[in-house]
Amino acid sequence: MLVLNEVSKTFYPDTVNEKRALGPLSLELKEGEFVTVIGGNGAGKSTLFNAIGGSFLVDEGQILLDGKDITYLPAYRRSREIGRILQDPMMGTAPHMTISENLTLAYMQCKRSHGFGIGKKEREEFREKLATLGLGLEDRMESPVGLLSGGQRQALTLLMAVLVPPKLLLLDEHTAALDPATAEKVLALTCETVREQKLTCMMITHHIESALRLGDRTLMLEDGHIVLDIAGEERAAMTVETLLVKFRKSLDNDRMLLS
Amino acid sequence: MSFLVLMGTVEQGLIYGLVALALLLSYRVLDIADLTVDGSFTLGAAVSAVLTLAGHPLLALVAAPLAGAAAGLITAVLQTKCRVAPILAGIITMTALYSINLMVMGNKANLTLLRKTTVFSLSEKVFGSQFAKLVPIALIAALCGIGVWLFLRTPLGLAVRATGDNRAMVEASSINPAYTTAVGLALANALVALAGAQLAQYQQFMEINTGTGMVVIGLASLIIGEVLLRQGGMGKRIALALGGAVIYRLIVAVALSASVSPSNLKLVSALIVAVAISAPTVRASFALSAKKRKAGALHARTK
Repeated sequence: MLVLNEVSKTFYPDTVNEKRALGPLSLELKEGEFVTVIGGNGAGKSTLFNAIGGSFLVDEGQILLDGKDITYLPAYRRSREIGRILQDPMMGTAPHMTISENLTLAYMQCKRSHGFGIGKKEREEFREKLATLGLGLEDRMESPVGLLSGGQRQALTLLMAVLVPPKLLLLDEHTAALDPATAEKVLALTCETVREQKLTCMMITHHIESALRLGDRTLMLEDGHIVLDIAGEERAAMTVETLLVKFRKSLDNDRMLLS
Repeated sequence: MSFLVLMGTVEQGLIYGLVALALLLSYRVLDIADLTVDGSFTLGAAVSAVLTLAGHPLLALVAAPLAGAAAGLITAVLQTKCRVAPILAGIITMTALYSINLMVMGNKANLTLLRKTTVFSLSEKVFGSQFAKLVPIALIAALCGIGVWLFLRTPLGLAVRATGDNRAMVEASSINPAYTTAVGLALANALVALAGAQLAQYQQFMEINTGTGMVVIGLASLIIGEVLLRQGGMGKRIALALGGAVIYRLIVAVALSASVSPSNLKLVSALIVAVAISAPTVRASFALSAKKRKAGALHARTK
């Protein structure tokens, strides 16, 4: 499905600020796998996602998606197959466009369809999908998205990302900016959607407990390398305490201890 | 104001309305202050005048928008591919266009189309002398308005809107912002050039400075329209951009009949734009100080 082959990235090369942010790192994801990613601040989690998503081109190595080499594909071309949701709920939707226009945009971009707007059938489909969010958005389809709360916007972003199922879904701490109750709801919604549509998904989280509980594989990053890659029984037996003891150093930041 | 003057005002308003429509696209939808407009308006007028002189007034209305679109495209490439700041990119193209416009005009500073066949002399045979100008002008304005409205509903049009609305989102999506910016600016400048093309044939005259200050005039028209409607869908906003331009021309006509010197008109437009854009902020700061005063008075009383 997704293959990373000895991928590496160095920021500010040949300067005093030179920093190897990633790798060399290799990784292989199976179809339909739901992988959670943990690691301290600066471990390279977001850098990994940015490399896969195409925010920058990697220095070395190769990235394959479904057997296709996407190493040098610009971000907007990768986005047809890779859905991304970022931490900031303001980043994923256009505030002055209505809910229905935002959905239409996501829908038509992915379908690469033409024509003037959407028909009754699609509208009804959007309505049903909005209703599944349980936020009452189905009755506000003509409201500008800017009027929604952060949680509502993030839920809408999720819906837009999976409206046409992507090959790979990258979630970069997408619930971190939400209040606990909303975060819980969006997270539950995420898991439900991923399971239902059998999406291949990677999710960065700072919450170790949910990283171990959700999905079927957990990666831990440190200094741009994968230092832990567990699945199956080994993962089921892993506890937050063991992880914390084992990786005191890399997980030792306040945010994690508090979570 | 006589009926004839009124009709002339509406005609001119609808011609300039295309500039307001273009600025709705570039300034409002794409969120780019595109200064190419001053140059592309003259470019449209120059292309139109030259082709009309050569005996192709209808072809002129097709060629001028194409030339305008090319100018918009250059500004877009400067912005997106060469990373020139948007305002500067427009200024660069506008400056270059001054020379290009002179070239198009055969190195003359002005062109006269008196006694030449224009679109309007052609339409006189169909619609009669009274409506010879109004009918084609209104038709073109309506077609452009509907065209822009339809365009903004297509996937590409929605992508253009999203580009101006949330750049970060677009960069993380499958939309190529360089492409959508190019499409938006090309379309906007095509409209501007079409306005210039009509004006040249309408006035049967054009000169190298025809487009000077066109950005501000277009913005003034756009803002006048927006004052009338605080919120509304795209269709209404498009109609009001055209309507705002007609109102702007009415204001100009009244000012001229009140013997304001034509040379002061640009000062008036600049004032309209500056006041209208700053009004919300000024109003908010007045409201805040009033609130503070009130709170202060309340505080003094409780003491």
